[in-house]
Amino acid sequence: MTNLLEVKNLTVKFPTRHGVFEAVRRISFSLGRERLGIVGESGSGKSMTGRAILRLIKSPGILEADYITLEGKDLLTLSEKEMRRVRGHRISMIMQDPKFSLNPVMRIGDQICEGYRLHARASRAEAKKKTLSMLETVLIRDPERVFNAYPHEMSGGMGQRIMIAMMLIPDPQILIADEPTSALDVTVQKEVLEIMDKLVRERGMGLIFISHDLNVVSAFCDRVLIMYSGRIVETCRADQLHEATHPYTVGLLNSIPQLEHPVDHLEVLQRDDAWSKDPSVSGIVETEEIA
Amino acid sequence: MAIENRSGNRRKRASIPPWLRGIGSTLFTVLITMVGLLFVTFIIGRVMPIDPVLAIVGESASRATYDAAYQELGLDKPLLVQFFIFLLDIAQGNFGESLLTARPVSQDLLRVFPATFELATVGTFFGVLLGVPLGVLAAVKRGSWIDHIARVVALIGYSMPVFWIGLIGLLVFYGKLGWIGGPGRLDIFYVDMVPNITGMILVDSLLMGDMGIFRNAISHIVLPAALLAYYSLAYISRMTRSFMLEQLDQEYIVTAQVKGLSANAVIWRHAFGNVKVPLVTVIALSYAALLEGSVLTETIFSWPGIGSYITTALLSADMNAVLGGTVVVGLVFVCLNIFSDLLYKFFDPRAK
Repeated sequence: MTNLLEVKNLTVKFPTRHGVFEAVRRISFSLGRERLGIVGESGSGKSMTGRAILRLIKSPGILEADYITLEGKDLLTLSEKEMRRVRGHRISMIMQDPKFSLNPVMRIGDQICEGYRLHARASRAEAKKKTLSMLETVLIRDPERVFNAYPHEMSGGMGQRIMIAMMLIPDPQILIADEPTSALDVTVQKEVLEIMDKLVRERGMGLIFISHDLNVVSAFCDRVLIMYSGRIVETCRADQLHEATHPYTVGLLNSIPQLEHPVDHLEVLQRDDAWSKDPSVSGIVETEEIA
Repeated sequence: MAIENRSGNRRKRASIPPWLRGIGSTLFTVLITMVGLLFVTFIIGRVMPIDPVLAIVGESASRATYDAAYQELGLDKPLLVQFFIFLLDIAQGNFGESLLTARPVSQDLLRVFPATFELATVGTFFGVLLGVPLGVLAAVKRGSWIDHIARVVALIGYSMPVFWIGLIGLLVFYGKLGWIGGPGRLDIFYVDMVPNITGMILVDSLLMGDMGIFRNAISHIVLPAALLAYYSLAYISRMTRSFMLEQLDQEYIVTAQVKGLSANAVIWRHAFGNVKVPLVTVIALSYAALLEGSVLTETIFSWPGIGSYITTALLSADMNAVLGGTVVVGLVFVCLNIFSDLLYKFFDPRAK
C-alpha cells in the first residue's frame, strides 16, 4: 500500500526585485493515516508547504516538485478543474484565525453547506440537516441558532469549531491544520484540539498539523518534521522529540521554560548559517514502518 | 435634547418595535440635516450683496413703493422670524417666484429636476452595469491586458473634458452619421405632445403608449447619457477594482478556495459579497453628483436640467431660483444618503 500523500522535492519560490526568494526548498515527506506535525518559526515555510499541497500558491509564487501524489495520483498533473474536486473533497485545510478565515457577510450555515453541496451534490434540505449534525459533532450547543448567525457573532473558539465542521463535512482524507489554535485562548485551545483529534481518529484521516508550539506538537502528533529556513532539518517520532539531535531542535527545546525544572537563565538560540545551507532531510516513511 | 430623547426611548423600549425606532431616528436625522441646510441657504441668501427689493421693484421705483415691497417681503422683521417664515414657505413648497421665468420656482423645479433625474439615472445605470464588472475583471486579472485597458479607459474618462467629447460626439453621430437625435430632449416636432406626468419623457411616452416619441426620446438621451455613464464608469470601475483587490487578499478567500469552489463562486459570491458594502456608498455619491446636474453636459446638449437652471439663475442674481434649486439638491443628497445607509445595513450584517 502506498502512502496517503507523498511529496518529493517541493520548492516554493517568489521572484522579487533582488532575485528569487525560496520559501520552501526541495523538501520531501510522506503522510500516512497518521498525525504529522510540521514545526518551525515564522517564515520557515511551513504554511507555504500546506498551501502548496492544495496548489494554492498565489501568483507570482511558483510551485515546483518532482511530484505530489495523493494515493499514487500526482496532483501536479491535474487540471485546475480536477484540482477543485480534490480541494475540500479529499484534502482540506483549517486556517489560523476564524476572525479572518470566515466570510463576514455570509451566514455560517450557508458557508458550511456550500462545500458539502458542491461535493456531495446534495439538496439544500439535505445539506442543512447534515450541517446541523456536523455542528453538533463539534460540540456546538445550539446548532440551529449558529446556522443562521454571522461569523462576527461568534467567539474565537466557536469560530474555529465552525471551521472544523466546515472543512470536515465533505469527509476529506487529509486535513491540513495551519496553526489552528494559535489565535485562541489557552483554555479554548485544548477543547478545539480535542475535538479535532477525536474527529481525525474516528474518520481515519491523515492530519498535517502545522504549528510553532513544540509542546502541543509533541503531545498531539505521531511524527514531527522540523523546518528551518525552507528546509526540513530534522524528522523524528513525536515521543522521541527530546532525543532530537539537530542543534536547531535542541536549541528550541532548551529555550522552553519547564515548570518542574525551573532554571535561572533560559538558553538563547544560537543560529548557524550552515543550517540553512544543509540539504533537506527526507521526511518520507514507507507505510510498513509506521504500521 | 438628544440625550433626553434617548433616555425616553429606553424607558419605552418594550413597547416600541426596533424597526419603528429606526425609522423614527432616521427621520429625526433628516429633519435636523434639512433645517441645517435651509439655515445655511437662508443665510447665504441674506448676506449676498443683492437687494431683493430692488430686484423686484426696479431701480426707478419711488421710496413708497420700495418700502411697501420691503415690508411685503418681511424684511423689516427680525432675522430669526424671517427664517421661520422661510421655513414655513418651503414646507408648503413655496419658494417664491423666479425673476427670470416669472413663474413660481416650485413649478420650474418640477420641470427641470425630472429632466436631470432622467439623464442621471440612465447614466448611472449604465455606468454601474459596465463599470462594476470591468472593475472586478481588472482586479481578478490584475496586470493583464484587461487591467491595462480598464486603466486607460478610466484615465481617459477622468481627463477628457466633457464639453469636448460631447461636441465631437454630436458632430460625428448627429452631424455626420445622423444616427442619433440632436440637442434637446425631443425633436421639435414632438415637443409639447407629451403630457407632463412624471416629467421624465422616457416614462411619460411609455405611459401614453407612444413608441414613436419613446424612440425619439431615446435617440436624444443616448449621447448625453452615454457621456455621463462613461464618467461614472471611470470612477466606479476604479473604486471597484481597489475594493476587490483588498478583498481578494483576505483569508476567507483562501477558505473558499480550499472548499473547492469555482473561481466564479469565489469572486462573485465571496469577494463581491464583501465589495458590495463599500461600493454602495461610492455609487450613491456618483449618482448624487450627476443629480446635482452636470452643467456642461446640460449646456452642450441643451438639456433643460437643474444644473443649467441653477447656473443661469445664479448668473442673473435670481435668488429665489438659486435657493429653491439648492434645497432640492440638498434633499437629493440626504435621501441618497439614507438609501445607501439602508442598503449598507442590508448587505453588511455587522452594521445591524
